[in-house]
Amino acid sequence: MAVKIEKRSGCVIATLDGDIDHHTAKNIRESIDSEVEKTKPKILKLDFNKVNFMDSSGIGLIMGRYKLMKLLNGDLELINVSQRIGKIMRLSGIYKLKKY
Amino acid sequence: MKIINEMRLVFPSKSLNESFARTTIASFISCLDPTISELADIKTAVSEAVTNSIVHAYKETVGSIYISSQIYENGKITIKIKDKGSGIEDVKKAMEPLFTTGGEERAGLGFAVMQSFMDKIKVISKIGKGTTVTMEKTIIPRVKLNK
Ligand SMILES: Nc1ncnc2c1ncn2[C@@H]1O[C@H](COP(=O)(O)OP(=O)(O)O)[C@@H](O)[C@H]1O
Ligand SMILES: [Mg+2]
Repeated sequence: MAVKIEKRSGCVIATLDGDIDHHTAKNIRESIDSEVEKTKPKILKLDFNKVNFMDSSGIGLIMGRYKLMKLLNGDLELINVSQRIGKIMRLSGIYKLKKY
Repeated sequence: MKIINEMRLVFPSKSLNESFARTTIASFISCLDPTISELADIKTAVSEAVTNSIVHAYKETVGSIYISSQIYENGKITIKIKDKGSGIEDVKKAMEPLFTTGGEERAGLGFAVMQSFMDKIKVISKIGKGTTVTMEKTIIPRVKLNK
């Protein structure tokens, strides 16, 4: 799993590449949070285009970043969610937090 | 129903084995030529059960996780994931969506995922003895199985 972090006009974009599970979530979380706490962006975007696999640890990761962005009065956006991981996203009810 | 293949796996409860376990199961069942979505369902369910043994059962320690799996003639797959860890006090409550004892970063959705991605799940647990999760899913074989 690799995480690429970019900054673009008030936005932090994290591009996730590989599998998201409990093992990889820790590193992803730390990379994202250190950038978000430093730049305090208006929007955090998580890009799932290159994610092959995700279990409920990924849902925990998303919920945690959602709460963090709310604390900063910002917003979280999920982009490029594939069919494959869309199923667990729907089951989690995460789309009810916000319409994507 | 006749068993056409079976396997056993034992490994320590280290988090890097979460991907080892699910990809091993995926390759074990590949003889049934599952669809991408059937494969994703099974990998996700296995990942959930194994993660629970690592995160909850053997919270402060490292212990063994035991997986056994059978493939039946009609395309039924059974997967048993067992630990000798802490056990679960109230299984019914633990299986409710969003219930977690794992703190902030756990979603409490592992059992909900196993329930919805597999056809059947059975959980047997005893405090101080451990937990066994047995799951079942039938996939219609698209290839002739070599018996
Ligand atoms: N193998 C296990 N050993 C001990 N406790 C477990 C085990 N599996 C699940 N649990 C308990 O059940 C709860 C719910 O599990 P789950 O639905 O996977 O959510 P999560 O892992 O996010 O907490 C856990 O928080 C834990 O208390
Ligand atoms: Mg879990």
